[in-house]
Amino acid sequence: MQWANAVVQGVILGGLYALLAAGLSLMFGVMRLVNLAHGALAIVAAYLGMVLVNKTGLPPFATLLIVVPVMALVGWVLQRTLLNTALNRQSLAPILVTFGLAVIIQNLLLEIFTADNQSIDVGSLAGASIQITPDIAVGVFPLITFIVGVLVIAGLQLYLAKTTTGRAMRATSDDREAAQLMGIDHRNLYALATAIAIGLVGLAGVFLGVRTQFNPTFGDVTLIFAFEAVIIGGLGSLWGTLWGGIILGVAQVVGAQAFPSSGVLLGHIVFLLVLAFRPTGLFPKVVNG
Amino acid sequence: MALLEIENIDVFYGDVQAIFDVSLSIEEGQTLAVIGANGAGKSTLLKSIAGLCTPATGEIRFNGERINDVPPHRRVPLGIALTPEGRRIFPSLTLEENLLVGAHTKRSGYWNLSTLYETFPLLADRKSRLGTNASGGEQQAAAIARALMSNPRILLLDEVSLGLAPVVVEQIYAALPAIVEQGTTVLVVEQDVNQAMKVSDRVQCLLDGRTVLEGKPSELSRERIASAFFGI
Repeated sequence: MQWANAVVQGVILGGLYALLAAGLSLMFGVMRLVNLAHGALAIVAAYLGMVLVNKTGLPPFATLLIVVPVMALVGWVLQRTLLNTALNRQSLAPILVTFGLAVIIQNLLLEIFTADNQSIDVGSLAGASIQITPDIAVGVFPLITFIVGVLVIAGLQLYLAKTTTGRAMRATSDDREAAQLMGIDHRNLYALATAIAIGLVGLAGVFLGVRTQFNPTFGDVTLIFAFEAVIIGGLGSLWGTLWGGIILGVAQVVGAQAFPSSGVLLGHIVFLLVLAFRPTGLFPKVVNG
Repeated sequence: MALLEIENIDVFYGDVQAIFDVSLSIEEGQTLAVIGANGAGKSTLLKSIAGLCTPATGEIRFNGERINDVPPHRRVPLGIALTPEGRRIFPSLTLEENLLVGAHTKRSGYWNLSTLYETFPLLADRKSRLGTNASGGEQQAAAIARALMSNPRILLLDEVSLGLAPVVVEQIYAALPAIVEQGTTVLVVEQDVNQAMKVSDRVQCLLDGRTVLEGKPSELSRERIASAFFGI
């Protein structure tokens, strides 16, 4: 039953990874941009949530009403200023720009908040759990995180599939120049996609900050887990990202069950195996131009 | 006043000049065919009108306004629609979604999904097919329909016949009268001279980026066209 428990906990952890990876997946899907500042921005959101809880006494979930719009605005401004310009340069430019951004953010956070570990306090919810079988108990907060992760992926998928703007995003992703010929201003559309992506990073960052202790350097490992989820699932595929997150979570938790100090390493190994044998991911987008 | 006027434009790709001092003018409702061999500058001319290329000198005027510096996505709301060379159908969208993206600017007019399915019956049966899985003819029909979804004042058609079986080309050109009937101005670029002569009010022939012949199809002999086309 220990193993069954490990799988259940892994799946639930995967929900957090999928939530963290959703924005990364969206930005790559729409504009082929790998945002290396993704993890750092998630940590910014975690700190923002923490400051709001500590200074204003807002309940942690209520901080989302501020954190998500603020982060979305940050995303919009980032895209309109730095990233749209970077995308017009050669292909390495966006990677360098977002990498530089990650370094700057991390150092600013160190400057402001020091390197001490922090967390967002959710009171009794942190310890609450539901007993499913005598051997398996699921934490309430991780379960909420998982459900939010699934809803975010489903919502994004629906948005891209069914709305006019979502359709325009898919068209622009297929062929930017042809999309311009339809009257689509790709710079606006990109700014909107990034606003959504970074808003979701805000959501994910607060959940992350409640779930674990964090410090300014925590963005690196956050980026790596999110990136692994996206790659395992297949670049550009949102459902793939959910599955990628779940596979990564299960690999880590089951791995830790087998080799108590090497859970994260097993996650990386699964990621490398996917990269070696199925470089397009397990659930690649069916269509390629 | 002409709907579209091009005055003495030069267009470059980097250091290479593709168009030399070309002028052109179309009245509203007219159909003009630009013919010429490969590399004559026909596609570049259309791209310049749609905004994908910017002329180094000269002026492009639409409805009397200079549009040289208007970006491509702002030219669509003015009523300019290009069906680009190679169709450029969005591969991961269904054909119907491709058409819907064409209506992005929400210009109103005669053309909508149902009138287009009437005009291009082959699309009606294939609307849920992904762009990438559609045949060349279906893609070409969808590309024209997609451009029409913006209810343009001028429709620019680039190499409609390229790579298609003659019977399919006939099918697609059969839709042209219905388009012209709506008062739409049409500028077709063609390598297929016979097709171009059949559908147009006026023909302009380019050779190596320069205009070498222009006139009404009825007034141009095959010999003159052949010598202009090949530069002999």
